Order: sequence, then structure tokens, then C-alpha cells
Amino acid sequence: MKSRDCKKDFPFFSNESITYLDNAATTQKPQVVLDAVNAYYTHYCSNTHRGSHDLGNQATIAYEKSREVIAQFIGAESRELVFTRGTTEAINLVAQSFVAGNFSTVLLSHLEHHSNILPWQMHGLNIEVIPMDDNLNIDIEGFHELLQENPKSFVSITHISNAFGIINPVKELIALAHEYECVVLIDGAQALAHTTIDVKDINADFYAVSAHKVYGPTGIGALYGKYELLSQMPPYQGGGSMIKDVTFHDATFLDPPLRFEAGTQAIAQVIGFAAAVNYLSSIEDSQSHDKELMDYAKSELKRIDNVILYSEAENVCGNISFTLHGIHHDDIAILLSKQKIMLRSGHHCALPIMRTLGIEGTVRLSFAIYNSKEDIDLTIEALYKAIKMLS
Amino acid sequence: MSIKEDIENLAFELELFDDVMDKYEYIIEMGKSLKDLNAKYKTEIYRVQGCQSQVWLHAYVKKGQIRYEADGDALIVRGLIAMLIRIYSKRSREEILQSEISDLEVLGLSEIITAGRQNGIASMLKRIYDYAKEVHDA
Repeated sequence: MKSRDCKKDFPFFSNESITYLDNAATTQKPQVVLDAVNAYYTHYCSNTHRGSHDLGNQATIAYEKSREVIAQFIGAESRELVFTRGTTEAINLVAQSFVAGNFSTVLLSHLEHHSNILPWQMHGLNIEVIPMDDNLNIDIEGFHELLQENPKSFVSITHISNAFGIINPVKELIALAHEYECVVLIDGAQALAHTTIDVKDINADFYAVSAHKVYGPTGIGALYGKYELLSQMPPYQGGGSMIKDVTFHDATFLDPPLRFEAGTQAIAQVIGFAAAVNYLSSIEDSQSHDKELMDYAKSELKRIDNVILYSEAENVCGNISFTLHGIHHDDIAILLSKQKIMLRSGHHCALPIMRTLGIEGTVRLSFAIYNSKEDIDLTIEALYKAIKMLS
Repeated sequence: MSIKEDIENLAFELELFDDVMDKYEYIIEMGKSLKDLNAKYKTEIYRVQGCQSQVWLHAYVKKGQIRYEADGDALIVRGLIAMLIRIYSKRSREEILQSEISDLEVLGLSEIITAGRQNGIASMLKRIYDYAKEVHDA
């Protein structure tokens, strides 16, 4: 199926006449995802990995099948995929179970989301920031120097920036970091919906994703980890179904990934996540569609006086950030929202880069497969109206 | 006029606009005519924590009444500030403390009443009430 035909699959758009351009925050859900979640609750609702009744087995099979689908979607093996509440929890898991106590320094890019800053800070790790150039791209030479100064560190970098759409050359960065015996996590929260991910090809040690940014349910995501790394790691949380044996004084734990999935899991969400990934796989042109929208939006925005675009680099996808000279981003977002166009303004949970750029925030358009050029036309028209009111 | 009556009057003014954009045009006009806060109060101490835009609030007592003056860096927020000042400034502490934040719901402005949203206006409202609680000579 082509992107242009997919909007009808999303019931949200039949119910609401809204132009939705806040997809980097979360996406709308197609009927197939809602159906998959609903089917679990209405036909085989039961707990997984425990008990021996048929229904429980059916739920366990669906849960584990989902793991297979999602693992395959990012080029991983099932045993390397741990379900988490989302990218944030995946990063926290790595911070607690792998990095804390084993590393003293974490190297981050300027573009990181707070979710890829705070987990390291909270474990008292020293943070070094990789230099960038004027186009917000990682300065490879600068990264090289930082690695020379900090070999055997942990490196955590976003694949695609949530605030500016910049695509980092993760394969190249990982290879370089490995030369200095660093271990690398890639924050793939934005990337999952917008680019092909092959964790083996890029040779990531860890890769974190969220379902809700790729048309799946909220509250579920996954951590990919190389199996030899996952097997060295102690559990993140203790609870039901992650043990081999328990006494009041001691316990032994299951192998990964179940070792990291304590307590009853978000079963329906996992099943919905797999349905979302399958749905996205059925869209043939999702990436070229995204590029088309990005190019069109950029050219239309450039025609507006006093627009400052922050996504001028070639290697951008998924979202565009801009500011308007003399107009506050929040005023724009409110006035667009009153014209039924939902987009995000503010610092996008990336305060450090906003400070570096000397801005309070931006207005961000972020795209999904169901968006069209018409959405951009409506946005530009509403933007002109807002600018007129605010000038 | 009581705080509640003042809010109802304001709600009546806002209801006159059939088109939501006209309503916001009016709020923006209020924002444009809000008196700038003296620069000495636009500092960290007077800054109200907000997620989207910045708000500064200065409160003091004059002639037994609490006076509020405030400023913001976004125009719509300035308009909302102007409304809150019109409602709450030059009141006794009892008048403020006897009023309820939920009285503002009749204004139908989600920017003011959205519960839990970390915006400067919600924080400003909290400070307005906090100041009234703390102050003793008004």
C-alpha cells in the first residue's frame, strides 16, 4: 500500500477533522493495531509465561511471536529484544544494569533528548558532549579526539534528533567508538518510524525504541542488546516470572530477555506493537513519502518572511523545526491549534541544545505516513493568519 | 465587584466572539496593551516556572490590598496575564482566598484551566494564591 492511501486506516481521522503534525511526540493508531489489542482483551486475555492452561499458552505465544516480529523488523534475534515501557525505560535499564559501576564517562551528542541525558546524570556518571558543526551535525574529528581522551567509555547517541530531524551517521560513529573499546547505545525513538534499522549492520551494542511513535500503543517499547552483553547484566527489576528459583535469602534468574521482564508485562501493548510494525512494513513508500513532505514543507516555510529554519542540512527526516523572528513559538502553536492544526512548540525535551543555540524553543512540524501536502498547505495558511495576528 | 463577578463579566466579553480566532485576537490585544513589568522584577526570583513560555510576577501590598503586576515573553500569555491581573489585583487576601481557581473555568480558556499542565499561567495562578496565603497585612 502507498502512504497516500493509508489515512483511511486511522479511525482518529474519520472522527476528528484535525491536521495532526505532532508525530514526533506520538502517532495516531491504525485500526489493525486497535483490533489486535482488542482481540487480546476480548478473546484470549490471560497472563503469559506462567500456568499451564490453554489461554495462557495462547497469550504467551502471541507475546513471543510479537517479540519475533519486532526483533526481525530491526534486524535482531528474538532473544536480544527486551520489552520495556519505552525508549526512556530502555535507556534507564542500560544505565542501571550495565553502565553504572562499570563506566565512569558517557559521551553524548548535543542533540540528545532529556531521556538520554538524565539516566546517566542520575547514576552520577561524568558526561562529555561530542562537538558539532554549524549544521548541528556531529563533528567526526571532534568525536575522534573525545574518544582518544576517553577510551573505554560508554557512548549514547540519538539516531534521529527529535527536535531537528538530523540523522546521525550511526554506523560510522559506532565503528569509530568501537576502535576505542567503547560500548554504544543508539536512541532510536524517532528512527523506528522513519528509517530502516538493522542493528547488526550498524553494529550497535544497544538500541532503544518506543512503539507509540510508530503507530503502536503507548507504554511499550524495546531494548535491543547484543546477547553477550545482556547475559552479563543483572536484572533491572525483581518480580514475577523472571526467576529460576527463589528462597527468602537468594534467587537465580532466567536468561535474557525474560530476566529483564519482571512482573506481568504490557501484553496487549506488545501485541499491538507487533501489529503496528507489520502495518508499517506494508507501506511501500513510507521513507520517500517522508522526504517528499520534508522537502515540500521546507520550501514552503522558506517563503515566509523572518522564518529561521533549523533543519537545513541534507540529512534530515521526520521533523522540521523553525522559529519566526520576533514571534514567540508558543503563540504560533496556540493559534495554529485554534485552527485545528496540532503541532509542537517549545524545547522538545532537549533543553541543552536550545541553550547552545541561544533559543527558548522552536515550532516543530513532524510527519507520519498519513500526512499529505494538503496538511502542509493548511498549516502554512494558518501560519500566515497567526503571523498577521501577532505582528 | 467580587472576583466571581469579575470572572463572569470577562466570560461574557469573550462569549461575544463567534469565531474563536476573533477571541484570540482580543486576547492578543490585551497582551499588547499589558504594561511592561519594570526590568528589576524580570529576574530569576520573580520568574514563574513554566514549560512553554516565561512569566514574571511581582506581588506587593498597598493600602491594605494585594497588588499583582506581571509580564510574559509570549503575546497570548501576556493577554492571559492581563486577565488574571484584572481579576485578582487590588483585592484583600480574604477575597482571593475565598475564591476558587475552578471559578475560572467559565472563561473556557484551556490555556488557563488545563489541570497539571506545566505552563506559566497555571504556575502564576498558584503564586497568586500562595502570596495571598503568606501575606499578613492585606
